[in-house]
Amino acid sequence: MSQNQLAQIHLKITRHIEKHSQLPGALLPLLHAIQDDLGFIPEDSYSLISKALNLSVAEVHGVVSFYHHFRTQVPGKHILQVCRAESCQAMGSEALEQHIKSHLSVDFHETTEDGAITLEPVYCLGNCACSPAVMLDGDVYGRVSASKIDGLIACARETVMNSEAA
Amino acid sequence: MTIKVFVPRDSSALSLGANQIAEFIQEEAAKRNIEIQLVRNGSRGMFWLEPLVEVEAAAGRIAYGPVEPSDVASLFDSDFLHGGDHALKLGITDQLPWLKNQERLTFARVGITDPVSLDDYIAHDGYKGLKNALNLAPVDIVAQVTDSGLRGRGGAAFPTGIKWKTVLDCKVDQKYIVCNADEGDSGTYSDRMIMEDDPFVLIEGMTIAAVAVGASQGYIYLRSEYPHAEVALNEAIRNAYEAGYLGRNLLGSGRHFDLEVRRAAGAYVCGEETALLESLEGKRGLVRFKPPLPAIEGLFGKPTVVNNVISFATVPMIMDKGSVFYRDYGMGRSRGTLPIQLAGNIKQGGLVEKAFGITLRELLYDYGGGSATGKPIRAVQVGGPLGAFLPESQFDTPLDYEKFAEIWAVLGHGGIVAFDDTVDMAKMARYAFEFCAIESCGKCTPCRIGSTRGVEVIDKIIAGKDHAKNIALVRDLSDTMLHGSLCALGGMTPYPVLSAINHFPEDFGLQQKEHAA
Ligand SMILES: Cc1cc2nc3c(=O)[nH]c(=O)nc-3n(C[C@H](O)[C@H](O)[C@H](O)COP(=O)(O)O)c2cc1C
Ligand code: SF4
Ligand code: FES
Repeated sequence: MSQNQLAQIHLKITRHIEKHSQLPGALLPLLHAIQDDLGFIPEDSYSLISKALNLSVAEVHGVVSFYHHFRTQVPGKHILQVCRAESCQAMGSEALEQHIKSHLSVDFHETTEDGAITLEPVYCLGNCACSPAVMLDGDVYGRVSASKIDGLIACARETVMNSEAA
Repeated sequence: MTIKVFVPRDSSALSLGANQIAEFIQEEAAKRNIEIQLVRNGSRGMFWLEPLVEVEAAAGRIAYGPVEPSDVASLFDSDFLHGGDHALKLGITDQLPWLKNQERLTFARVGITDPVSLDDYIAHDGYKGLKNALNLAPVDIVAQVTDSGLRGRGGAAFPTGIKWKTVLDCKVDQKYIVCNADEGDSGTYSDRMIMEDDPFVLIEGMTIAAVAVGASQGYIYLRSEYPHAEVALNEAIRNAYEAGYLGRNLLGSGRHFDLEVRRAAGAYVCGEETALLESLEGKRGLVRFKPPLPAIEGLFGKPTVVNNVISFATVPMIMDKGSVFYRDYGMGRSRGTLPIQLAGNIKQGGLVEKAFGITLRELLYDYGGGSATGKPIRAVQVGGPLGAFLPESQFDTPLDYEKFAEIWAVLGHGGIVAFDDTVDMAKMARYAFEFCAIESCGKCTPCRIGSTRGVEVIDKIIAGKDHAKNIALVRDLSDTMLHGSLCALGGMTPYPVLSAINHFPEDFGLQQKEHAA
C-alpha cells in the first residue's frame, strides 16, 4: 500500500472512532463500521482503537480474533459465503461446497487469484426452507445448484472487470 | 381504485428472485398504462411457492406462484389483476390448505402487512397490547404474561413472566431489555421472519417489557448474517420514534424507552444469554458463570430482561387478547402456539404456527409433503445443532417440551430439519462435534478439548478402526461433556451425537443388536 493510501485508511478509522467511541459497549459497533467501510480491520488500527476505548491492544486483538465475522486481511471484491449447516447439508451443500472450491481454486477464507472473490463458510443464513443457500455481498440465494452458482460467480467477475475497465 | 399487488421483501423470497419479479410487474404495468400499488409485504411462509404474488380482490387476496420473470407478461395477459385464470393461480391465499388450518397468533400479520408501515400495523390491531399495558400497574402486566403460560421460545423454555418479575423486583434506576436475535440454529428462521416481516410486533413487545419492569433502554442483538432484518428493523424503529411509539414520553404516558439494533459478529455461542451480554459490552463472547442471573446482574451489571424474538413478539397479542385466550391453546405445560420451521430435505418447507400438541409426522407429511427428493425421510433433527436426531419410530411424538424431554430430545426454537435415506449419520455426528469445536467459547475443557477429540474418534469409527472400543470412547466423552460443561453448547453436543449412534447404529458399523444390548 502506498503512503497516501495508508494515510487515507488512518483518516477513515479516526472518523469511525470519533463517531462511535462514546457508545456504551462501543467496540463491536466500531469494528463493524471499520469493516463495512474498508472490508477488513487493519491490525495497525488496534492501537488507535485501544487508546480511544481505554483498552489494551491485546484486548482489541482478542475481540477481533474471537468473532468469525471480522477479518484482518484485505478481501476480494466480492464475498461469497456458503452455508455449511445441517439444513443445507440435507440438500447437498457439501457437494456444492466442493464444486465452488474447485471452480474457484480456493479453500475457505481464501481469495481467488484475480482478487475477485473471497470464499467464506457460514453456519445458517436463515434461508433453510430454500436450502442449499449462499450469500453473495449481502444478497441471499436459495436452492443453489452448481450451474446457478457458476452463473453468480461469472456475473460477479464481470462487474469486477467492468469496474476495472471504467 | 388502484389495484394492490403484493410481492414479498422477506429474504427467502428475495433469495428466489422476488425483487426482479417486483421490478418486472411494475415495468409491465407501466407499459400497459395500468395503475397499480405495489406493496412489498412479508412472506406467508410457503417458501416452495415463493416468489408468491398476491392481488387484492373483493373476496380476499388471490395468490399466484411461484412466479418466474418470464411469467409476468402472461399474468398480465390473463388479467391476474382481476383474479384472472392462469397456470400459476392458487386461489384465495387464506383458503390454501397450508394456511387455513394454522393457528397464527404471533404470526397473525406476517405476510399480510407492509412490514415497515406503522399505519398498516395499527390497522391490523398493532399497538393495542401496549395501550392496554399502559393502563395497568407493572405487576399486573407481569401477572398477565405469567398467566398466559408463555415460556421462552429461544430454547430453554423458562417462564417469561417469572423472569420479568425478577427484574421488576430489583429496586435500581437502570434496567435493560435485551432481545436475543442471534438465531444461530440451523433450520430456524422464525425470528428472522418476525424481524423482516413484522418488526413492529417485536418493538411493541420489547416496549411492553420495558413498561412492565421499568427499563428505559433496549437493545436488539442481531446476527450479522441477517442484513435484510437489520434494514427492516431500523426502518420500523425510525417510524416508531417519529410517531411517538418510542423515545421520551411514549404515547404521552410519561414513560421513556429507547431502542437500538446492535449487530453481532458471527459467533454461535453469543446466542447464549450471558455470552451475548459480554458481546454487547464489547468483549469476547465468553459464557459467564451463573449466578448471578442476568435478571439481577445483566448488561453492564444491571438487571436485564433477555428474551428471544418470538417470546417478545408474542406478548402484544397476549396483552391484547388476554392471558386466558393464549393459554387455551396447547397441551400440558406447553401453552399457546409455536412457530414451527420446516427445513432441510422437505418438499414444502416453510413456517407453520400451530398450538403445541401437533405431531412431527403431521408436520412432515401433512404440511411438509414428505421429502424434497421423494425418498423416505430417515432422520429429523429438531431444535438446531444441539438437538437430537429422531428416527421414524419417534415421528408420532407431539410437540410439547415435556414429551420431547421424555425421549431425550429437545424442541428448542422449533426448527425441524429433515434428511432422506441418503444421510450418513456418522457424518452428522462428526459434524456436531466439529461445529462445537468451531464455536466453543473456550472457557471450559470438556467443550473446548472434548469436541476436537470427538471429531478424531468419529474419524476412526468412520475409517473402520475398533468400532466397539471407539464407540465406548465417544459415549464416555459425551458423558463428560454432558456433565462437565458450563453451558449448553458443550453440554448438549452429545444430543445429536448419541442420538445418532443410538437410533442409527448401522451407520457406525454396529449391528442393531449391539445397540439394543
Ligand atoms: C450455545 C447457545 C446458543 C443459544 N442461542 C440462542 C439464540 O440464538 N437465540 C435465543 O433466543 N436463545 C439462544 N440461546 C438461549 C439463551 O441462552 C436464552 O435462554 C434465551 O435467549 C432466553 O430467552 P427466552 O427465555 O425468551 O427463550 C442459546 C443458548 C446456548 C447455550
Ligand atoms: S460449554 Fe463450551 S461454549 Fe459453553 S462455556 Fe464451556 S467452553 Fe464455552
Ligand atoms: S442451514 Fe443453511 S441457511 Fe440455514
